[in-house]
Amino acid sequence: MITGAPPIVTRRVGIEDSHTIERYLATGGYDALRAALAMAPEAVREQVDKASLLGRGGAGFPAGRKWSMLAKSDTTYLVVNGDESEPATFKDHLLVERDPHQVIEGTIIAAYALQVRQAFIFCRGEFALGLERLQQACNDAYALRALGESIFGSDFSLDLVVHPGAGAYICGEETALLESLEGKRGFPRIKPPYFPAAIGLYGAPTVVNNIETVSNLPWIVSNGGEAFAALGHGSSTGTRLFALSGRVERPGWYELEMSKTTFRDVIYDPSLGGGVRGGAELKAFIPGGVSAPWFGPDHLDLGLDQDAVGAAGSMLGSGSIVVMDEATCAVRAAWRITRFFSRESCGQCTPCREGSSWLEKIMARVEGGQGRESDIDLLMDACDNIAPGVSWPPQQTTICVLGPSIPSSIASAVRMFRDEFLRHVKDGACPMGAGR
Amino acid sequence: MAHLSEDNLERARRLVAVYPERRSALIPLCHLAQAQDGWLTEEAMEDVAELTGVTPAEVRGTASFYDMLHTEPVGRHVVAVCTNIACMLGGAYELLEHVEERLGVRVGQTTADGEFTLEEAECLAGCDTAPCVQVNHRFFGPLDADGFDRLVEDLASGALAHEVPRHGILCRVERTVGLRAHGAAAGAGDAPGAPGAHGDDGGVR
Ligand SMILES: Cc1cc2nc3c(=O)[nH]c(=O)nc-3n(C[C@H](O)[C@H](O)[C@H](O)COP(=O)(O)O)c2cc1C
Ligand code: SF4
Ligand code: FES
Repeated sequence: MITGAPPIVTRRVGIEDSHTIERYLATGGYDALRAALAMAPEAVREQVDKASLLGRGGAGFPAGRKWSMLAKSDTTYLVVNGDESEPATFKDHLLVERDPHQVIEGTIIAAYALQVRQAFIFCRGEFALGLERLQQACNDAYALRALGESIFGSDFSLDLVVHPGAGAYICGEETALLESLEGKRGFPRIKPPYFPAAIGLYGAPTVVNNIETVSNLPWIVSNGGEAFAALGHGSSTGTRLFALSGRVERPGWYELEMSKTTFRDVIYDPSLGGGVRGGAELKAFIPGGVSAPWFGPDHLDLGLDQDAVGAAGSMLGSGSIVVMDEATCAVRAAWRITRFFSRESCGQCTPCREGSSWLEKIMARVEGGQGRESDIDLLMDACDNIAPGVSWPPQQTTICVLGPSIPSSIASAVRMFRDEFLRHVKDGACPMGAGR
Repeated sequence: MAHLSEDNLERARRLVAVYPERRSALIPLCHLAQAQDGWLTEEAMEDVAELTGVTPAEVRGTASFYDMLHTEPVGRHVVAVCTNIACMLGGAYELLEHVEERLGVRVGQTTADGEFTLEEAECLAGCDTAPCVQVNHRFFGPLDADGFDRLVEDLASGALAHEVPRHGILCRVERTVGLRAHGAAAGAGDAPGAPGAHGDDGGVR
């Protein structure tokens, strides 16, 4: 942290055995839950409203507002999204492995605020260690009576199931996640209804929140929503866990005060990214997961602020920043991202299914030096068919936003590095060499 | 006659009971079947179908959607090399080339001795340790060619038997306490141990 803001979700991560119940209790664990249970559920919701906590799963929707949309019903559910598969995103992975009790305490607090009696944590299946630690933490929380009937002697009861995924990026999309949790293929559901808060799991009203979102709740309850809102600026309150990767000296996770920290800080500060690897020049960076349009060095002084990044034509998305240096081939980078979408499209919508594989083939051809000059127009034309106008935010033509996100990287690469495409065509090979 | 062992059938029934609707247990039961057999056999899918109230075809149709569920045999060790953006920028394709050479198989293939299956993975959320590799969903990285060779030796010699159980064994901690979704208490005492909790092969067979 370089602004003096306290660490919130990572405050225990550096402590040895931070995942155990003993260590959690020794560092104030479950105190926030006790405090929450002594408050009325509305009072807990009020604190979260005051905190202006934005969802950390990618869309940045205010948590308090989402909660207020939960339809009244005898049966309601809370599902915590730990499917984390957006390329270059690895923050939830850290939280489930290093502080699983914080995830669980946050889940219980959210369930209490919402008066939900059945919750699920959907954890990405590839996180074997994370699943073991979450399940152990869940068992320990039951034994502590932080879960189950009459939690800590109150009249609130909650059952929590740790549910393993089985490997499919699309299951991170909340309606696909619910389908998967119902034991089906992870096909996103047709909207409307736009929010599972109206119709969700088994048709019942359901709140879906990200792992990091709920991990903030114990701190918010203990310190008050105003203390959280005092950090950051504007609508981007609090701290956020950023994942930095690519051609940088010190890749890793950094919990940073929103808005007041800039991309330059993250990439260059010696206590954070430490600069581009080997002192090379920065070519471009992806500010918020591979669905986000790229930025060049001219955007380095932008703050880590949801609105500011949005206004500049991209998004903070999943909080993952990927650094490309001068030796990175932009065509190859965009090709690899396109290949990812092509592999992970669930196949329900034609523009997404066909478009992604088309684009991938053309990009592979250009990168391999077999492209034609007209391929650039062809690429942009295909992008336009998937997301008309290729604008940001993209127009919605498909069941979920995976499809319209596909053009982001190609459109960025063409816009910023058109010459590089042309050199691939003229040279009949990648001008950067076969490497990265 | 069920294909799942008695212990695993009991585990399966307990898993089904924690969900409000039994079909929700479909994927956890597929993981359980893989923990027993290393992959998802036709017979196991029939058991899963019966336990969750769907047809075997629905189990297969669902399982085939998911990368981690293997409806064909795989090796004891499934090696997944991530080549997505962060790992690619860290040399993942060069590593993958070396891995193919070292194991003598291409992506999607299994070595003749049944020890290794090679996969090319999408981002595994280990991008800070690029290039990142998982073996049976346990993380290794950053890895270079030498690092990978050492890893293969350790896997072959059994030095990593605890960290990396045989393919299919995922979560070795079993749900031991709690309410059942329908309100009845799930007994805490008499649960069979988690698959894989007792040594490499999990004692489930
Ligand atoms: C293609 C796609 C993938 C997504 N993947 C994830 C994910 O891995 N984890 C996550 O929390 N949200 C993911 N989301 C966003 C979820 O749909 C949902 O908005 C989020 O879980 C809500 O939590 P929040 O409000 O706390 O952010 C994804 C969305 C899309 C369209
Ligand atoms: S946009 Fe793509 S991933 Fe989303 S539902 Fe349609 S085909 Fe599936
Ligand atoms: S890109 Fe390889 S683990 Fe994320």
